[in-house]
Amino acid sequence: MDRGGRLAVWDLAVGVGVLVIAAVAFYQIGQIPAGPAFARIGPKAIPYAVAAGLAVLGVILTIQALRGGWSTEVADDGESLPIDWRALFWLGSGLLLNVALIQFLGFIIASILMFLCVARAFGSDRILRDVVVAAVLTLVAYVGFDKLLGINIGAGILEGIL
Amino acid sequence: MDTLAQLAQGFAVALTPINLVWALVGVTLGTAIGVLPGLGPALTIALLLPITFKVDATSAFILFAGIYYGAMYGGSTTSILINTPGESATIITALEGHKMARRGRGGAALATAAIGSFVAGTVGTVGITFLAPVVVDFALKFGPAEYFSLMILAFVTVSAVLGSSAVRGLTSLAFGVYLGMIGVDLQTGQARFTFGVPELLDGINVIVVAVGLFAVGETLYLCARHRYGKDEIVPLQGSVWMSREDWRRSWRPWLRGTAIGFPIGALPAGGAEVPTFLSYYMEKKLSKRPEEFGHGAIEGVAGPEAANNASAAGVLVPMLTLGLPTSATAAIMLSAFQSYGINPGPLLMQSQPQLVWGLIASLYIGNVMLLVLNLPLVGLWVRMLSIPTPLLYGGILVFATIGTYGISNSPVDLILLYIIGGIGFVMRKFDFPTAPVIIGMILGPLAEQEFRRAMTISQGDLTVFLTKPLSATLLAIALALWAGPHIYRLIKKG
Repeated sequence: MDRGGRLAVWDLAVGVGVLVIAAVAFYQIGQIPAGPAFARIGPKAIPYAVAAGLAVLGVILTIQALRGGWSTEVADDGESLPIDWRALFWLGSGLLLNVALIQFLGFIIASILMFLCVARAFGSDRILRDVVVAAVLTLVAYVGFDKLLGINIGAGILEGIL
Repeated sequence: MDTLAQLAQGFAVALTPINLVWALVGVTLGTAIGVLPGLGPALTIALLLPITFKVDATSAFILFAGIYYGAMYGGSTTSILINTPGESATIITALEGHKMARRGRGGAALATAAIGSFVAGTVGTVGITFLAPVVVDFALKFGPAEYFSLMILAFVTVSAVLGSSAVRGLTSLAFGVYLGMIGVDLQTGQARFTFGVPELLDGINVIVVAVGLFAVGETLYLCARHRYGKDEIVPLQGSVWMSREDWRRSWRPWLRGTAIGFPIGALPAGGAEVPTFLSYYMEKKLSKRPEEFGHGAIEGVAGPEAANNASAAGVLVPMLTLGLPTSATAAIMLSAFQSYGINPGPLLMQSQPQLVWGLIASLYIGNVMLLVLNLPLVGLWVRMLSIPTPLLYGGILVFATIGTYGISNSPVDLILLYIIGGIGFVMRKFDFPTAPVIIGMILGPLAEQEFRRAMTISQGDLTVFLTKPLSATLLAIALALWAGPHIYRLIKKG
């Protein structure tokens, strides 16, 4: 019972989250200037309909959450696995590192570092193997996209050499 | 006979060496990503969308279609050998196929899945060939009001009818439409939902959303529930040839699965889940040995696999004839059309016959290639299953990064990618379907356009959607599909 109660809190958060998105949408629609007179249906009509839809759905989800929630029924294997925060921490660090470094060090180095963090998050402890695989993979990806497809992947330390 | 002449011209396009290479690359890549858990055709095609700037439209679509068909074949290998279905449509295959593999009949299961996929894919492609021109003739009568109603019907089926909850499906859809409206309104030039961020004026790129939901969100989800320990791969035993008995038990389910799958896929109802489930229960009902079901009955692999592939073929009918995508993959292909400046819709077959018929012809060729790739060479794919999870997801995120960063070399896109990835994680965790987000994002703005056109023609009279018979019929079907299950439940109770 205790666990069910705790899970419904999260469901409630999701329902309220949808309501927040709807509220943000309504606020943003208020910022749109009215359409010119010739357009019978202006740029606001459908946005209003969608925002209203989100609001109604948010209310329904919130009510469902207050009645006990839905995520207990749908959890895999009949039981909800606890969230592995340590793994998520490593994964999150990898993503943040990547976005912080990609402009300064270039795609290749930033992505190798991200790869290592992600591999760690999924329980790998063979760092040497991971470094080799990461280096080969990012190089292949870089050459494939930048040289073969001609998509500019930006400058960087190793990119300058290639 | 006109159709056959055009198909012949299509083969002339598809059989050029360069297009054969594109088809081969597509089906190979498609099989690989189908086999690898965590990757799907929608994600792969999204990552490859930038090639639309380099390669001509026909070749790009031959590549995309190859990936799309290939992923269906590859997915069955995974679900038979490790019981973690890559996509929801192969859940049923896992049910019986995995049991067969455990009993040492993995080879026969793979064979009936591959040959069944070939039969269904080929019959389905014949279906596209002859149905598409008919649908086009019909669709040419459509005005904006009919189109809008058709899109509403598609919205209802992809979000409210499929999946476990109409409320959560519709929430996903509405969120997708919201994302799709971000940017400059094409009719009036006003910025909408941009938070004043100039990068958002052009709208959010579908690559960012697809990669965020399918790659980043999925990786976060699996990482958070990571169990230390691995899915056990059942080693492939027995030859991949079927015995006479297997053939006897398989051919009818193949044809029945195809007969169920293609029409459901071709109706703007989409989704491969429904036909696979229907086919499974039908085979169970018709079987002389229903007690074998649940313990590895070959009919339970043959029928649903055929239904899966036939419906995948069917989905291409509304995509090519109406410009109406009913799956995430089809929605991303539609955005590829937009990136070429090609208007998908009933005029597509007239304006781009090379493209459409070349694509259809390449589907026939791709199916043959896939049969070869997936029967004699199946051992190669099985080996891919032993790639360690840390390396697999590290690699997926590297490709997610390069695909996103390549759009404009801006960290803003990466931040957006991670935000959408986070949303995707929450959606997965709380059982919101993700495909309606992509469909809503692509189809939403098109529906808005048709709505405003219809309103301009009718001078603001909303009843136009109900007074035009075709439009009213489509809306009535949508309402029936949405309300039907509720009414059925009420009657059952009462």
